[in-house]
Amino acid sequence: MTSSKLVTALMALGCTMVPAIGQTADDIASLRQELQALKNDYATKVGALEARIQQLETTAAAAAVTQEIPQPPPPAPTPRSASSASAFNPSISAILAGGYVNTSRDPGNWAIGGFIPSGGEVGPGERSFSLGESELALSANVDPYFSATLIAALSAEDEIGIEEAFFRTLALPRGFTAKGGRFFSGLGYLNEVHAHAWDFTDQPLIYQAFFGGQFKQDGLQVKWLAPTDLFIELGAEAGNGDAFPATRRNRNGLNSTTLFAHVGGDIGYSTSWRAGASWIDQRAEDRSFETEDELGQPVIDAFTGKSQTWAVDAVLKWAPNGNSARRQLKIQGEYMYRREDGQLAYDTAGLGLSDAYRSRQSGWYLQGVYQFMPRWRVGLRYDALDSGTSKIALVTAGLLSSDAFPALRSVDPERVSLMLDWNPSEFTRLRAQYDWDDARADGTRDRVFRLQYLYGIGAHGAHKY
Amino acid sequence: MIRFIRSILVLLLCAAAIPANAAALKVLATTADWGALVKELGGDRVNVYTATSALQDVHRVDAKPSLVARARSADLVVATGAELEIGWLPVLIQESGNSRIQPGSPGYFEVAPQLHLLEVPSKLDRSLGDIHPQGNPHVQLDARNIAVVAKALTQRLAALDPSGAQVYTQRGQDFDTRWQAAIQRWEAKAAPLKGVQVVIMHRDQVYLCHWLGLQELAAIEPKPGVPPTAAYLAQLVNKLSANPPRIIMANAYNDPKAAKWLGERIHAPVVILPFSVGGSAEAKDLFGLFDDTINKLLAVLK
Repeated sequence: MTSSKLVTALMALGCTMVPAIGQTADDIASLRQELQALKNDYATKVGALEARIQQLETTAAAAAVTQEIPQPPPPAPTPRSASSASAFNPSISAILAGGYVNTSRDPGNWAIGGFIPSGGEVGPGERSFSLGESELALSANVDPYFSATLIAALSAEDEIGIEEAFFRTLALPRGFTAKGGRFFSGLGYLNEVHAHAWDFTDQPLIYQAFFGGQFKQDGLQVKWLAPTDLFIELGAEAGNGDAFPATRRNRNGLNSTTLFAHVGGDIGYSTSWRAGASWIDQRAEDRSFETEDELGQPVIDAFTGKSQTWAVDAVLKWAPNGNSARRQLKIQGEYMYRREDGQLAYDTAGLGLSDAYRSRQSGWYLQGVYQFMPRWRVGLRYDALDSGTSKIALVTAGLLSSDAFPALRSVDPERVSLMLDWNPSEFTRLRAQYDWDDARADGTRDRVFRLQYLYGIGAHGAHKY
Repeated sequence: MIRFIRSILVLLLCAAAIPANAAALKVLATTADWGALVKELGGDRVNVYTATSALQDVHRVDAKPSLVARARSADLVVATGAELEIGWLPVLIQESGNSRIQPGSPGYFEVAPQLHLLEVPSKLDRSLGDIHPQGNPHVQLDARNIAVVAKALTQRLAALDPSGAQVYTQRGQDFDTRWQAAIQRWEAKAAPLKGVQVVIMHRDQVYLCHWLGLQELAAIEPKPGVPPTAAYLAQLVNKLSANPPRIIMANAYNDPKAAKWLGERIHAPVVILPFSVGGSAEAKDLFGLFDDTINKLLAVLK
């Protein structure tokens, strides 16, 4: 304030100085007087303004603290921007996750019995406290034609991974939307759902066994929504196949194709549902996995061939009068079936034997999550897998004993999980989960107890159904 | 046989009637109030689907497949804005594959930017609860707001459906005349409510209090979106016992348990207000909503 006063005074002085040149001393004296009067006048005015600003600030602060309703003018249109995203910045949000794990068996050698290891981040995770993946999401409309989303996962091991990075069209006609880049495939129900929005701390066993968690690849997706009151969505995806059960091959064109269809609607005000079917057609080339031979020595085997997966999914949500803020029941289930035909190589680094391989594997889960009162939810999930009986020509021909493939023994892994979570706000979730895990390859039961926290900061997220 | 031919003819007539109906402007309104308003302004020229009911918390709604399907074919989305529907409307618009209703398009209309919002927070921090940066979005219970929105919405309808512009303008004027008369009637009738001390449930009754001059003593939610704890309720009992409010206001969609508990302790009647069109048997349309709200408030004063 002092400096601005000075500037004003100097400006006034400058203006008065020019005609003052050549005037008598009397004139200068009277000018000085006038200037002084002017300065005093400004000082009082500025002082008054300062006082008013201070008064306004204190009343505003008081209003913010007490949340008193100020008396605003009667409603009048004051056109404002319809968008809340601040001045062209993308909307930014971050999710922090972490927790505590207690297992009765060594999680280091956790593997699903009877299934070729996916190499994904599966299993109960490490014991004791650990930081989960922190998720950083940026998204905004690019122009009238495209929007873009970037979701980075910062792992506890100090690595940054691109969870999703895709563009999406905004202006295609007739219900078409195209998406390109890296994204979670639209297959099934849970595949597209980000970890922080899961109803349990981990994915169902079918996702862990069939896709190593969630299936994503670099590619293109086209979806079409029918112009009907019944929700009917058809989608097709093609990508580079750089994810289990496919591998990235050194070939042009499409390496992995997915087709899916979803149907959904309401039953009255209280119930809504969605059901779907998906087909995933993939190729694998030298999809290697580490396992043990009959002597317990590590060997590397590899699969080359066709992998086809079918999935059906269904979700039903019920809330009295549709008011999910009070009570809500969500039931969901998915079934997957996979057919793999090709060649299985044994001990690629040593013996290098290879012959025909054929497997038919399936699995399903059913879970229910009930919000019995606002903020509290309880959930129960049952997982089951059927490894089938893989036909390994190396074994049937008598070259190797079936003990040479301990990971491919015929078993029926299953698991029961119980969950309780507390959501004090839309941005916090604290959860406890207990698993009776009979899915381990070594056939022993693991009892897993987990605590998890999830915190969301930044832009208010919107979740898919 | 004749009956069969007759029924075929009836079917054909029905089929012929469908295109006429399909030509109507398809509107997806996020709340029952905006749905009712569009019906008032559009009449037969609009085909309105309301995404939520008065018994739902509009802030907590699932992006249901049925809503995505409605967004797909909508010509116009009428939303409250100010982040009221932020948890689900962006998903509907994104998944709809419908370029006409993208924010910024003529087919996307937000109510909040037309109005003077109350309680615009001077500090944005979620430790203060689920606050809305642009102000309190529960604007519909100040009847004067409805009149302002109706004018803007009439213009938007006319712009989207130019062949019906005259109809919209006329219906808009007609609605305004009836609405202004109703406002006068309601304000006169609600005069005894001026200065009456009330306790509100959530900050969604603020506009009603502001309009009718009800004096808010406290809110049952300590912070927006944060349910009261037993300790906080006990504190409220202490604070309000000496000078109890005349009315405790709850909405049709609220769980009235906390309000009733408090009402019994401090001997104040709990009134369940419709809050939105459809929230009570009497609140069949916008006029019914305000008639019923004021009647219910006056009834407990007697």
